Amino acid sequence: MIRRTLLKVCASTAMAAAVGLTMTLGAHAADTVKIGAVAPKTGPLAGGAVVTQWPNVELWVKQVNARGGLKLKDGQKKIELIEYDDKTNPAEHIKAVQRLATQDKVDFIVAPFGTGFNIAAAPIYAKYGYPQIAVSAISDKIEELTQRYPNLFFTLGTTTSFAEGVRDILVKMKNDGKIGNKIAMVNVADAFGIELADAARPLFKEAGFEIVYDKSYPLGTPDLSPVMKGAKASNPDAFVAWSYPPDTFALAEQAIIENLDVKAYYSAVATCFPAFGGKFGSKINGVLGAGGVNVSSDKMQAYRAAHKEITGKDADYWASANTYVSLQILEQAIEGVGSLDKEAVTQYIKDNTFDTIMGDIKFENQFSNKFWTVGQWQDGVFHGVSSVNVDGALPVIAKGGWN
Amino acid sequence: MDIFVSGLLLAGTYALIAMGLNLQYGVARIMNLANGEMIVLGALAAFWSFTAYQISPLVTLLVAVPLSFFGNWLIYKILLRPLVRRAKSQGQLEVDSILATFGISFALVGIMVSIHGAYFTYSFLANPIEILGTTVAQNRLVAFLIAVVIGACLFLWLRHTRSGTAVRAVAVNAESARLVGINVDRVSALTFALGGAIATAGGVLISTFITLDASIGVIFTMKALIIVIMGGVGDIRGAIIAALILGIVETAVATLVDPGLTLVAAYFIFLLVLLFRPQGLFGRRSV
Amino acid sequence: MEARWVGPVVGAVLFIVAALVPYVADGYWMSIAVTIAMYTALATSWALFSGPTHYISLASGAFFGIGGYLVATAMSDYQLSFWLMLFIAPIVSAVVAALIGFATLRLSGVYFVIFTLGLAEMIRNLVSWVQNNFLGSRGLYVLTDFTEDHIYWMLLAVCLAIFLFGWWLSRNRLGFALKIIGNDEEVAKHVGINTALSKVILFTTTGFFGALVGVIIAPRYSYIEPNQVFSPELSFLVVIMALLGGAHRLWGPLVGVIPFTLIWEAITISFPNSTTLFLGIAFLLIVYFIPNGFAGLIEKYWSRMRA
Repeated sequence: MIRRTLLKVCASTAMAAAVGLTMTLGAHAADTVKIGAVAPKTGPLAGGAVVTQWPNVELWVKQVNARGGLKLKDGQKKIELIEYDDKTNPAEHIKAVQRLATQDKVDFIVAPFGTGFNIAAAPIYAKYGYPQIAVSAISDKIEELTQRYPNLFFTLGTTTSFAEGVRDILVKMKNDGKIGNKIAMVNVADAFGIELADAARPLFKEAGFEIVYDKSYPLGTPDLSPVMKGAKASNPDAFVAWSYPPDTFALAEQAIIENLDVKAYYSAVATCFPAFGGKFGSKINGVLGAGGVNVSSDKMQAYRAAHKEITGKDADYWASANTYVSLQILEQAIEGVGSLDKEAVTQYIKDNTFDTIMGDIKFENQFSNKFWTVGQWQDGVFHGVSSVNVDGALPVIAKGGWN
Repeated sequence: MDIFVSGLLLAGTYALIAMGLNLQYGVARIMNLANGEMIVLGALAAFWSFTAYQISPLVTLLVAVPLSFFGNWLIYKILLRPLVRRAKSQGQLEVDSILATFGISFALVGIMVSIHGAYFTYSFLANPIEILGTTVAQNRLVAFLIAVVIGACLFLWLRHTRSGTAVRAVAVNAESARLVGINVDRVSALTFALGGAIATAGGVLISTFITLDASIGVIFTMKALIIVIMGGVGDIRGAIIAALILGIVETAVATLVDPGLTLVAAYFIFLLVLLFRPQGLFGRRSV
Repeated sequence: MEARWVGPVVGAVLFIVAALVPYVADGYWMSIAVTIAMYTALATSWALFSGPTHYISLASGAFFGIGGYLVATAMSDYQLSFWLMLFIAPIVSAVVAALIGFATLRLSGVYFVIFTLGLAEMIRNLVSWVQNNFLGSRGLYVLTDFTEDHIYWMLLAVCLAIFLFGWWLSRNRLGFALKIIGNDEEVAKHVGINTALSKVILFTTTGFFGALVGVIIAPRYSYIEPNQVFSPELSFLVVIMALLGGAHRLWGPLVGVIPFTLIWEAITISFPNSTTLFLGIAFLLIVYFIPNGFAGLIEKYWSRMRA
């Protein structure tokens, strides 16, 4: 009896596997454009991807299909989206991209979420010739990487430019007499945090700042109050945290509890999330963070309204827009070429200027040198205050307490 | 003083994480890898009711804990009892329960992701309060106080009541407990359910000051396992003392040495305890 | 042919077939093949230690991480070659494993499990801290020209080495000693076996092979985040696959890894939005309906067919 059930279970699992494989193989309809997307829905990076990546993919596909699809030479074609969860695991990601390329035979793929994933997947995109317009990837090796992978494009900036953005803001505030020259700096001891702290340290020193507190904390620290107490005791004029999402929230909360009295408070990733503003309300007025947008531009407002309407969520104030821009670029390149020829589309991306919600975007050596580096919460909105080649930066304000 | 107060509060958090697992593993003999997910589930409930209906987490606690008790009781009855029955030895049960509860934890993560995939973050009692000259967050203090209440209740119940004694008897030796007329199966199921309920309570409270997401449970499971093993399996005092040690050591290292070394220090202490007292602080030497 | 040669001959044939896979498989099947080869190596070397001793080690993530992390640091910050690290990292890891082994292998059962679980986290924290404070980093890149085929062949070679080692072990003193330890440690002590040393030696080899796999996989990840390579999930998966196959046979983990990877893949494809949920359910079904692992299942039907 038990043996029979057991056999049934085995057989049905094998069947499910076989059906799963053949179904996706058989469903190739030529009247749609197949777009693949792989990003985390579970695992450590999922919390970021479901804010920044997935809603924009959904928004873009729905918008394109609502207007009748992508305009190609042989008529308009709707997008068929094939998505996989990489579980924040590089091996899973590679497998899923391979699957998109060879089994699902998708026409294009939305670039991955996260620096590591973009770099890990780059050889596969290169092998099959897919253009890869990376958004959530920040690296100081862009030149080497783009030379190695001729269809890899970067849009969000370099590690050093982010550290420089923060330095520029702090220098400006110092010159305006808003802050002194003592900085307390902390960072999460993982790839991104270590890299940024490493880049920032000499930049701050060259600019005449004194780093009075410089500590790292491990990823997943449950209690950051000793860190905040330590930073406070060093009596800084500015506080800089190269942080990841869960600690970005925790640091701000501790700063409020400890009443960290600084005129400049910066935390990196996720400061731009609507949830950050939602959690702390007016208390975080004047908080600086990575990213930023120009909310006053008409196109950006239209985008944010559509994002809210179609996905039911607010777009974040940074990479959401960049993600959408990367999809606009892909869309315009496909329509510009008028076919699904990957090589031609990649070349088109290299050669042309694109009209996006962030203004005109053009790639030089596969790098779009146009991005926000620092934003600031001002009256409930996270405005860009420092950028590389983007217009619309607001003047930075000094933080006036945590109320 | 700073170190003592902050460390104590952190210890409260750790005790909340670990007390439930201590019961589950010590009495019901289930090495529950889904313990962290029970915590996250509590956090999700608190987050969801707070953001959607402005319900205070303390009210959520009253609803979530009984629900979790019932849910965990069902999990034990339906999913885990067959494994307990068929296990020929403790080792076999350990292997089976690792596999099964790992499966349960995956399933729970899957369910939670479909409910809310982004971070669970909201503000509740995030105000400073001064204790013995140290500024602490009110939400941490509340969590600590409730942890103390839960710990004290558990301790008194296990020590001074009939049913508590039965639970301890099962923890010491299930076979002998059966011989003296204790319904081991029933006791195990109820203890497992109670452990799950405590984990959920912990999750509700922790969510007021730690930002969680659906996939973060494994981090809590690991911490809880370490505390349980360090304290000694099946003794609630052990879990509390171990939580205290970890809380204070981590805070001391973060303040005096370097915050980057807090977790290293925690594991180092754990290693030392294991090397010099392999059965845990309060554990019994196995025969 | 003598019965004792059946296994090795079948193994050799399978190995040759496996080595030819890259000539027929496309990119997707190669990525599955790499996954299978990677977990086969990890799970088999895990079972060499845990099978006979009954110690459940969750240290795979730690060893794998040591390999991945060392090769990445050496290549990006010190311009050392991949091949040098392929040699050095496993030795470092083996030394670490030996130290841990001496310290912890007198712990019994569950204490050892939890200690090894914490180990990956501890090492990750330690290396991150050292790098943060003393070495600095501008990103750990492992950029090579290896394709999936190369990585697959390297992993296959590691698998071969592990199988040969296991086969050799099964017919020499050390292996025999371990079996006795697994059955009854007291008896083993009485017949004059140095139980601690035997266990440490085996644990050391697990550490060696774990790091070796980590080094080989690093070019596939290209960009190493400590958080990714010191993965507790990896440790659990290795154990689950090995137990699913059956840790009491040399080929047990292999018959666990292959179906596991395929089921995992089928679920990933069929339920892109609730992969984790269905994976969980699949685990539960496996535990309830295949209690002795696939190896137990195969042996049962094998003996029935011959009867």
